[in-house]
Amino acid sequence: MAYQFSFEAIASNWELLARGVALTVVLTAIGSFVGIIIGTVGAVSRAWTLPLLSQVFTVYIECVRNTPFLVQLYFIFFGLPALGVKLNGWEASVLTMVINLGAYSTEIIRAGVMSIPKGLLEAAESLAMNRWQALRYVVLRPALKNVWPALCSQIVIVMLGSSVCSQIAAQELTYAANLIQTQTFRAFEIYLTSTLLYLMLAVLVRKCLNQIGMRFIERRKA
Amino acid sequence: MQLICVDELHKSFGDLEVLKGVSFSVKEGEVVAIIGRSGSGKSTLLRVLNGLESFGDGIVNIDGKRVSGLKADLIPLRLKVGMVFQQFNLFPHLTAGENVMLAPKVVKKESREHVTELAMEMLERVGLADKFNAYPDQLSGGQQQRVAIARALAMRPKVLLCDEITSALDPELVDEVLEVVQRLAADGMTLIMVTHEMRFAREVGDTLIFMHQGKVHEMGAPEELFTRPQTPELASFVKSVL
Repeated sequence: MAYQFSFEAIASNWELLARGVALTVVLTAIGSFVGIIIGTVGAVSRAWTLPLLSQVFTVYIECVRNTPFLVQLYFIFFGLPALGVKLNGWEASVLTMVINLGAYSTEIIRAGVMSIPKGLLEAAESLAMNRWQALRYVVLRPALKNVWPALCSQIVIVMLGSSVCSQIAAQELTYAANLIQTQTFRAFEIYLTSTLLYLMLAVLVRKCLNQIGMRFIERRKA
Repeated sequence: MQLICVDELHKSFGDLEVLKGVSFSVKEGEVVAIIGRSGSGKSTLLRVLNGLESFGDGIVNIDGKRVSGLKADLIPLRLKVGMVFQQFNLFPHLTAGENVMLAPKVVKKESREHVTELAMEMLERVGLADKFNAYPDQLSGGQQQRVAIARALAMRPKVLLCDEITSALDPELVDEVLEVVQRLAADGMTLIMVTHEMRFAREVGDTLIFMHQGKVHEMGAPEELFTRPQTPELASFVKSVL
């Protein structure tokens, strides 16, 4: 084999890669956090068929879940400026992530809300709680607990999918890898490294999310 | 004094009329046992009294206030009327103590110290003070149901509705729950219970209501009804369950 492996390109550009990793993590964190909040509102609107809100969410979910992430990204980055909304690559990426995760988590969390036995809600009502108190104190935590593994999977999927944000110059991990590749032509080494970085990230993020689930959702003392 | 007064109560689910003019009243401190075959409308009646079901025609008066069916009136109604369910319905993510504390805390906005004390007192009353920090899945069915009773009592209701509260329990766990209910009755709590425990209805109840096809078919002192049923329906029901 004539090819001489050299990881010199990685070593000399480690800062670019590290920055890319950091941006991927931040992008995922914002997307997940805001997305889950949107998802919770949407899930309750849909599960309880709140007037107007449930219809709005239905349209939103159908639009997002039946179109590719890359096209959504292009629409927001290249399309919206026509309406006077000009976002840079980073802002467009964050927005797309939030919109995307919001839609998927709505459906996941809705499944969680529906999984709560009706009897629990009735028990809360019989104790003179109103619907919002019942939601906040009785339904939400068990509902999130039931779907947390599915939600974590979705977050990891979207994190890996965020690599396409490199296409609109958001400087996340894949962007960094592409940049180094065009400067050094060390495609094998660079994409091997970025693959391994994604792999590590995914495993770590999953572990972190499990911890978050145990700490804030399960919150069990014994 | 009449605490609850139900007059010509009607309730339909779609085309199916399940309550066809139910009338009865309950005095303060009275223990009423409702019996009858499944489908006779017993549970629906209880659920109407707690506002979990709306109703059609008829008048329901509880503690001098007419039950309107308006959403805004539900909370005041439920503050007076506690309920215990067949399936316990404990909040699975909360400990026994937290289950009891939740409603006083968020509905009545009582202080943390006060509700903790209150929960301890209520759990003591059902004999489960040592289970304060246990989660529902660490408790037996009988213990869960006793926590559910404590949870309802913590809101200091004027009347407690019990909807077949021992039907989901293993036979050997029934007595511990019935003992708690019996103590409540002795303490003067007003109770309305739908039950299949005939012996219990006979011993603890002040009044027995036999429901049949959506109506109060017979009503009176339990001993009297069990030994001298006036209608063939009650006679055959008594025969089938004893």
